[in-house]
Amino acid sequence: MNWQAIRAIYVFEMSRFFRTLLQSFVSPVISTSLYFVVFGAAIGSQIDQVEGVSYGAFIVPGLIMLSVMTQAISNASFGIYFPKFIGTIYELLSAPINFLEIVLGYVGAAATKALFIGVVILATSALFVDLSIQHPLAMLAFLVLTCLSFALFGFIIGIWAGNFEQLQLIPLLVVTPLVFLGGSFYSISMLPPVWQTISFFNPVVYLVSGFRWSFFGLADVPIGLSLLAIAGFTLLCLAIIWLIFKTGWRIRQ
Amino acid sequence: MPMVRISNVRKAYKDGFEALKGASLDIHEGEILALLGPNGAGKTTLISTICGITQPTSGTIIVGGHDVVTDYRGARSLVGLVPQEINLEPFERVMNTVRFSRGLFGKPKDDALLERILRELSLWDKRDNRIMELSGGMKRRVLIAKALAHEPRVLFLDEPTAGVDVELRRDMWEIVAGLKEAGVTIILTTHYIEEAEAIADRIGVINKGEILLVEEKTALMTRLGQKELRIELHDPVDALPEALADRGLRIEEDGQVLVYCYDTAQDRTGIATLIREVSEAGLVLRDLQTRQNSLEDIFVGLVSKQEDAA
Repeated sequence: MNWQAIRAIYVFEMSRFFRTLLQSFVSPVISTSLYFVVFGAAIGSQIDQVEGVSYGAFIVPGLIMLSVMTQAISNASFGIYFPKFIGTIYELLSAPINFLEIVLGYVGAAATKALFIGVVILATSALFVDLSIQHPLAMLAFLVLTCLSFALFGFIIGIWAGNFEQLQLIPLLVVTPLVFLGGSFYSISMLPPVWQTISFFNPVVYLVSGFRWSFFGLADVPIGLSLLAIAGFTLLCLAIIWLIFKTGWRIRQ
Repeated sequence: MPMVRISNVRKAYKDGFEALKGASLDIHEGEILALLGPNGAGKTTLISTICGITQPTSGTIIVGGHDVVTDYRGARSLVGLVPQEINLEPFERVMNTVRFSRGLFGKPKDDALLERILRELSLWDKRDNRIMELSGGMKRRVLIAKALAHEPRVLFLDEPTAGVDVELRRDMWEIVAGLKEAGVTIILTTHYIEEAEAIADRIGVINKGEILLVEEKTALMTRLGQKELRIELHDPVDALPEALADRGLRIEEDGQVLVYCYDTAQDRTGIATLIREVSEAGLVLRDLQTRQNSLEDIFVGLVSKQEDAA
């Protein structure tokens, strides 16, 4: 293992994050606050409680998931797309490193950034609502796994993308709808039966549900299933990335 | 064992284009080898294949005893690459990007070494500048610094002076000479013949994916380099005088100039005899000039011969 290389990529990517700290930090805080104003104060005051939890608190896990997923994807996809775009990828390809080391460096950094933003949102939320976390360790595990798996997914998008529009395409057209329809802001049990069934085909439902369970002990799907879903998604992404590097698709001619 | 051994390397792209058609080449330790060829000859493809940016379709490349495909870690850690395009992150700072390169090649942090490299390339004052604040020449130096950051034993420079002004080209040549002194094996590609002539120890000519010739520069120039003696006459002649008919002279510029080709490698060039014979034939000399065939003539000759054969 070329640990120096992993470290070099990680440090380099993180320095980009710190360079744009204001954007990285301020925008999630502001958007979270807006969600609380709209959903928590304006709409939430009309909704009593969801399964014994105040609506303001109920949406916190979904809100964190929403930001963490989109941030992990955009950081990882940009991280690997940018060297492709400006041509510095030649250095990665000519260095004595293998695909796992490249992935660990880029995905590790993207996941760290997403995790950081998740924690910032959690802290911001605590200013607006009373939060209790029933299973802190499980909460952390879910958060980290989500950061990692979506960063892997973002890495694939970054390699696939041929231009900046394509870089935005999947997050915008696929991920955001899945997250919004994945029970981030409601319980699946609130839906009519047909839509409940359809929802169970949405992978994000399992993540949000598991994450919410770690906060309040209530879930739409069994916690084991949630874990299985996220593990499966991670493995799938890893397998695709392995294949990409093996064939050199869109990287090595 | 040469530093780099390229054996029968073919590279065919998916669209069927064959960029390398069985290239073979040995590169010796400590030399400067110039790969000379027109645009699209396969120079960059050859370098990319050695450095791991593309995979050869067939054939083998060994660098310092390591196969570039099966033992890529061993091979690549010996190799530094300065690409043709200025591929740098514009917002990054010079020192950071050089540090990154060193780490990427698995070398522990060594800022003292990086300082030495940056100083030698006159970049030390710019170490905290963003790349986008640098001039084009400085950016090229940053590329070299990045390539040297992991102390490679072989350095590939892909057209280091393409689109570079004369002064910077001289600087580049000095840098390359300095690196050779430090024991680095250097391979540079160029389509400027005078560049190969100025700095290379050996010259390889590549065209259409084939290496046409590799030779010591001086040997190449002597072997293929003929000299021309141009005799300017006081009064023009219509035809050669009888006495000079079998000397292989050529009449140029409306009879004003006689041209004699000779080989500098031969013991006797025949110049002295010729001049005596010219005056004996009653012709009055006004001026004499000799001209060495340049590498350019050799190069153009080789490439056109290949085209005739095709």
